[in-house]
Amino acid sequence: MAGKPAIVLENITKIYHMGETRVIALKGINLTVQEGEMVAVMGPSGSGKSTLLNILGCLDRPTGGTYYLGGEDVSRLNKNQLALIRNKRIGFVFQSFNLLGRFPVLANVQLPLVYAGVGKKEMVERAKEALDWVGMSRYAHHYPGQLSGGQQQRVAIARALVNDPSIILADEPTGALDSRTSIEIISVIQRLNMEKGITVVMVTHEKDIALYCRRLVNMRDGCILSDAPVENPGNASDDLAAIPEEMGVPA
Amino acid sequence: MNFLHNLEVALNGLRANKMRSFLTMLGIIIGVAAVIIMISLGQGASKRITSQIASMGSNLLLVFPGAGQGPVRGASGSVNTLTLEDAEAIAGLSMVAHVAPELPASGTLSYGSQTWTARVVGTTPEMQVIKDWPVSAGSFFSGDDVRSAAMVAVLGKTVVDNLFLPGTNPVGSTIRINKLPFTVVGVLSSRGASMGGQDQDDVVYIPVSTAQKRLLGVNHVGLINVQAETPESMAFVQSSIESLLRERHRLTGSGSDDFSVRNLTSVLETAENTTAIMTLLLASVAAVSLLVGGIGTMNIMLVSVTERTREIGLRMAVGATESNIRNQFLVEALVLCLIGGVAGILVGIVGSRVISKAFGWPAYVTLSSILLSAGFSAAVGIFFGYYPARRAAGLDPIEALRFER
Repeated sequence: MAGKPAIVLENITKIYHMGETRVIALKGINLTVQEGEMVAVMGPSGSGKSTLLNILGCLDRPTGGTYYLGGEDVSRLNKNQLALIRNKRIGFVFQSFNLLGRFPVLANVQLPLVYAGVGKKEMVERAKEALDWVGMSRYAHHYPGQLSGGQQQRVAIARALVNDPSIILADEPTGALDSRTSIEIISVIQRLNMEKGITVVMVTHEKDIALYCRRLVNMRDGCILSDAPVENPGNASDDLAAIPEEMGVPA
Repeated sequence: MNFLHNLEVALNGLRANKMRSFLTMLGIIIGVAAVIIMISLGQGASKRITSQIASMGSNLLLVFPGAGQGPVRGASGSVNTLTLEDAEAIAGLSMVAHVAPELPASGTLSYGSQTWTARVVGTTPEMQVIKDWPVSAGSFFSGDDVRSAAMVAVLGKTVVDNLFLPGTNPVGSTIRINKLPFTVVGVLSSRGASMGGQDQDDVVYIPVSTAQKRLLGVNHVGLINVQAETPESMAFVQSSIESLLRERHRLTGSGSDDFSVRNLTSVLETAENTTAIMTLLLASVAAVSLLVGGIGTMNIMLVSVTERTREIGLRMAVGATESNIRNQFLVEALVLCLIGGVAGILVGIVGSRVISKAFGWPAYVTLSSILLSAGFSAAVGIFFGYYPARRAAGLDPIEALRFER
């Protein structure tokens, strides 16, 4: 677990103003995530875990405190600078996949590269490579609507890794999937973490999914309640092999 | 690269909602076509007036008998204050290029068993010069014919068509005007209709002296055409004519004029200005419809932004900047308006041809009207696309990603 810290949060606060009322979503979070870690964040709704993920993903700026991403203070950057950080260094995986139904799979995976200004030829190459890595290359010209939930989430993971990000943030990545498909997706994310060494922070409220991570952060009321390593984290591909194949879902 | 991507996304979006895109474009198509049709009809009308001014003769002053504003040609029979000698005296003024008196009479023409009623006008050979009207056969009568009050006539095309069989050459034949025999010495080339639809070719010119002595038995002339040497000299010539005629008619200081001098070119120029104003007015109305089309575009773009809120959120999450998003929607609005604009130009060209054919109005589709409406539709695209695009760019990515349809 040694190495450089990928993420350092120092006394991060986030306050929302909703008309007259002030909502304190984060009350001074201190958190360090080393490069190559795989962290699960759990907590009931309203605990601030989504707010935390948004700040980690540079979609939102903290009200107070400092956020170092790969050693660089990103807590005071402007919107354009944040867009650049998201483009170059962060990959997102969402509960609802967020694929663009109007475009084929390949175009969906290319999307981050479009905003990175990558040339057409390299764009196609890298998107195909990413699709290959998640085992979806033969669906490159399908439309998202023609794919199962698990397949769509694989495509979304390909989109998240196509820009070679240093961290991937997953917001309930298995929330919309059945349990077998969930484990499939977790196995892809574990491979991402182990083979590519990408730091993963995953928000989930399913305890059994969280136990595939190596570290578990529990949140409540905008504070970190507990932060501990997971003993004997599960290996998703092993578990998958133990579950009998059901409807012939492609691996 | 990014522009190409935006173009691809825009075309994809338009294709995904074909009916909606088409209806939105229809607003632009109608607006652009209307602008082009209105301007081309206006240009046609104005060109016709310009050519009529030219056919009337340039730098032309008309001297009418009778006082004040009122007298028109109809009064020439009753008010007999202008004479051939007046015309000759005017010809002696400086800056006067040509003078041609006119004595109108209507006459029944006959040749063989054919009869025809036409305007018969007594004049001098200068008339042909002033009107710059070439003959298609024979020649105009001469000054000698005027001096000798010769029984000769020059026929307009319509008269020839109605008296003679097709293909015959009337020059040398003898026709009868009010039973008197006239030898045809020339045929004028065709001029077509004048402003107000009068057929300029339905005319017979005879020497003014012949008209006075043989046909009507009078000593006056109906009006005098005076051509000034330059447009600038027209005011000078007009006042010279006025003082000359007052002197010749022995009018003292308080006596009112028994003639009037009118600048017909300026009348026609006024008509031309009126046409230009009408064109502008019609084009403005058409431009309003283009504006309405633009508002329709804005409406659809706003719907499109709302529909794609999640897409916008996702694009922002993977690194699109505000300007990336704004440009994407601007390009979409622009593509919508430009496709509509090009289609509108085609509809406009075809439409003005059809209207021109159907109603017999001249129509000229000018490059400037095409460029104007193309530029206008692009401007509409940018103007009405900007607000929705800015709204899309201003979305908060977190809110946008959470948006539920």
